[in-house]
Amino acid sequence: MSMMQVEALGKKFGGLNAVEDLSFEIPAGSVYSIIGPNGAGKTTLLNLLTGVYRPSSGRIRFDGQDLSGRAPHEFARHGIARTFQNLQVFFNMSALENVMVGRYLQERCGLASALLRFPRLARAERACREEAAELMRYVGLQDWLTAASDAMPYGALKRLEIARALATKPKLMLLDEPAAGLNPTEALALDDLIGRLAGRGVTVVLVEHNMKLVMGVSDQILVLDYGRKLAEGSAQAVRNDPKVIEAYLGSEIAHGAAYGEDIARAVAVAAEMHR
Amino acid sequence: MLARLASPRTGGLLALAVVIALLPLALSNKYFYDVAILVGLNAIVCIGLNLLIGYAGQISLGHAGFFGLGAYGSAVLASRYGWPPLAALLATTGAVAMLAYVVGRPILRLRGHYLAMATLGLGIIIFMIISTEDKFTGGPDGISVVPFSVAGFALQGERVWYWVVGALLLVAVWLGLNLIESPTGRALRALHSSEVGAEVVGINAAEHKLMVFVVSAVFASVAGSLAAHYSGFVTPSKVTFLHSIELVTMVVFGGLASTFGAVVGAVVLTTLPQLLAAFEDYEMMVFGAVMIGTMIFLPRGVVPSLARLLRPRRAGGAAGKDSLA
Amino acid sequence: MSAQFMQYLLTGITVGAIYALVALGFSIIFNASDVINFAQGEFVMIGGMATMSLIAAGLPYGLAIPLAVAAAALVGLALEKFAVEPARGASVVTLIIITIGASIFLRGLATLVWDKNLHAVRPFTGDAPIAIAGATILPQSLWVIGVTLAIVLALSWFFGRTLLGKAMLATSHNRLAAQLVGINVRMVLFMSFGLSAALGAVAGILIAPITTTSYDVGVMLGLKGFAAAILGGLGSGLGAVVGGIVLGVAETMSAGYVSSAYKDAIAFVIMLAVLFFLPSGLFGKRGGDRV
Repeated sequence: MSMMQVEALGKKFGGLNAVEDLSFEIPAGSVYSIIGPNGAGKTTLLNLLTGVYRPSSGRIRFDGQDLSGRAPHEFARHGIARTFQNLQVFFNMSALENVMVGRYLQERCGLASALLRFPRLARAERACREEAAELMRYVGLQDWLTAASDAMPYGALKRLEIARALATKPKLMLLDEPAAGLNPTEALALDDLIGRLAGRGVTVVLVEHNMKLVMGVSDQILVLDYGRKLAEGSAQAVRNDPKVIEAYLGSEIAHGAAYGEDIARAVAVAAEMHR
Repeated sequence: MLARLASPRTGGLLALAVVIALLPLALSNKYFYDVAILVGLNAIVCIGLNLLIGYAGQISLGHAGFFGLGAYGSAVLASRYGWPPLAALLATTGAVAMLAYVVGRPILRLRGHYLAMATLGLGIIIFMIISTEDKFTGGPDGISVVPFSVAGFALQGERVWYWVVGALLLVAVWLGLNLIESPTGRALRALHSSEVGAEVVGINAAEHKLMVFVVSAVFASVAGSLAAHYSGFVTPSKVTFLHSIELVTMVVFGGLASTFGAVVGAVVLTTLPQLLAAFEDYEMMVFGAVMIGTMIFLPRGVVPSLARLLRPRRAGGAAGKDSLA
Repeated sequence: MSAQFMQYLLTGITVGAIYALVALGFSIIFNASDVINFAQGEFVMIGGMATMSLIAAGLPYGLAIPLAVAAAALVGLALEKFAVEPARGASVVTLIIITIGASIFLRGLATLVWDKNLHAVRPFTGDAPIAIAGATILPQSLWVIGVTLAIVLALSWFFGRTLLGKAMLATSHNRLAAQLVGINVRMVLFMSFGLSAALGAVAGILIAPITTTSYDVGVMLGLKGFAAAILGGLGSGLGAVVGGIVLGVAETMSAGYVSSAYKDAIAFVIMLAVLFFLPSGLFGKRGGDRV
């Protein structure tokens, strides 16, 4: 059963085809990674899948609904959440409030109720606070429950964004380079978190550069290059696909030039060791 | 119970109520009451404008337009057409809300300078229409306004109006604080910080900006209607670009994202010109210098800057910040 | 072409030339600093009023004009140094309030240095109207159009051929890159204010003999100059000129053929229309940002 179907998706910026004729399906409950060299269009794709960009062509279907061309808040309404590569933390609020904002869709109150502060609201606020605190603990931020967001280190902020995204109770979570800037310990914790998310039944889509993380955690991998699909399949299949190796390391290496084969073998061995 | 009293919100409201209740002891003549009422009315506009500028992060250089529409709407309906003042006020407020809704949609698609210019243009067009359509509005000379009466009881005289405006100011502050501390208020602050971040958690940015714009227009319109009935006449002089700027300056001076800051801003910058009346020749220069100086030295405004000074700095990453007063 | 149409056209081009000069001033400062200088209109006022005083004191135009322009330029430099520079990096709202505060301050200063009255200034070369195609035009209007044309040509030479001009252009395209190649961006900003002030002052001097001058003549001219800059596209020199002329002609034509009561409103209606339907204006940069 697929959660999201992308058909012939394309995005042009002026004359540049950032994403071209992309079709793939994301199975429900899986961990699906999108990789590719720099400039391959990964972040553009992520923005398309969350409504931040409108497609120039193609369709995006999610859970039976056609969401192509809708606004980001509508994508969120349908159960799609995301984090950002360049953090979009709300620095004018505390950490807890950031996560509480994530609960907006469940908390929505009318203007009159907000202005007149109906008693129901006060109770709902308390519940919201508790749920937000719970989510912060879930992602490992129990030491930052009373912190101001602008007092937190980078690694914690990345987890804060994940907590905020989780607060929307999503069916699908897209993480944009969550491991960027994390040290190996933090990356391991992230690995564990992604596993737990998948365990909760949330479909996770990962855009990442950290190959160790990607190979270790993914059920399926999509490889992009110049905005087009280069390869798709299991971690094993993708790792050994010569087209993929060529895109990352250059054609000499992929097609076995003198030292090329040695490097390819070394890469394969290293991947094995770090499983 | 005592803990709740100590919260910035309830404590602030109480303090304001006490000030309003005790102030008449210091007001010795009509002139001072006049200034106090003017301050109160400006404060009501500023609370709404602060929601727009400080919380939602937008800007309006044309809010005197909504104030003027409120004033003239009430004036024309009540005085020219003989409507009961309360009905005139409600009808005018409704009309202004509708105008803000219709005009707000395209205007709020703009950002930064463009948004500023669009609101500026709107304010000026409203001013010009009011000044030109003298058959309705009396043109540059304005028209006189009947007193505000409800069920035969007329509000006359500065003492009565002082209590009316004081009470309404408390209501306005209460409404403002409620909105800010609700999920909607959080959504607004989120929007201000990162629009895309807010959108992806399901917050419809355009709708929220429009809502705040309409709410702030309503605050301004109601204040305008009251001002018209209190003064007994309306002229275009309160609908000018300069008045819009004064309002924005009050909000920014007092403190963005601070309801009490908006009140403080209104107090200081309404009384300042009165104090400077003695130095009439220097009034404009001083006002301009105050605007520049505040923005350079106290860019966050008076109340937040003071709050920072008074809040003890704590080491490490555990500094807590609860609600914003 | 009817004589009336020609009349409106000529008047419109004259007034449009002034708007163009004011709009150019905005664009230059906006390009250097992303600041909308609400005090631009005050430079216009200073130009006109200073010239008026100097002429009244007996100086010939040949001396009065350069002195007035220099005075305005000095005010512009002072504005940058004391009001804009201390607030580098501040938000849009803050900068808007600062420049508006500056404009109020300058107007207050003007009432002290001069007064609140209207002042007439004699035209450069006499006031016998000249007949063109059935319409009449004042010699001063020819000065307005001619000088504006000369200035536009001079500015294109300046930005295209001189080092300072090219540095300013580079800064407007990409401040960081300009800094990295060694351009003193702060000096560029400083000079931009001086240049814009000079442009504004010239506009004020040119128009004063036609419309009289006073301490608050800059308010409307400044605002309409914005409208012209927005119509043409904020930041575009060509846009400023075209926007100015188009606005001037549109204003005069609507006042003549439609309603003269709302003459002053036309500029703002046009501005709102542009902001709603084509915010980048006729020649401004188009397209959305990449996230």
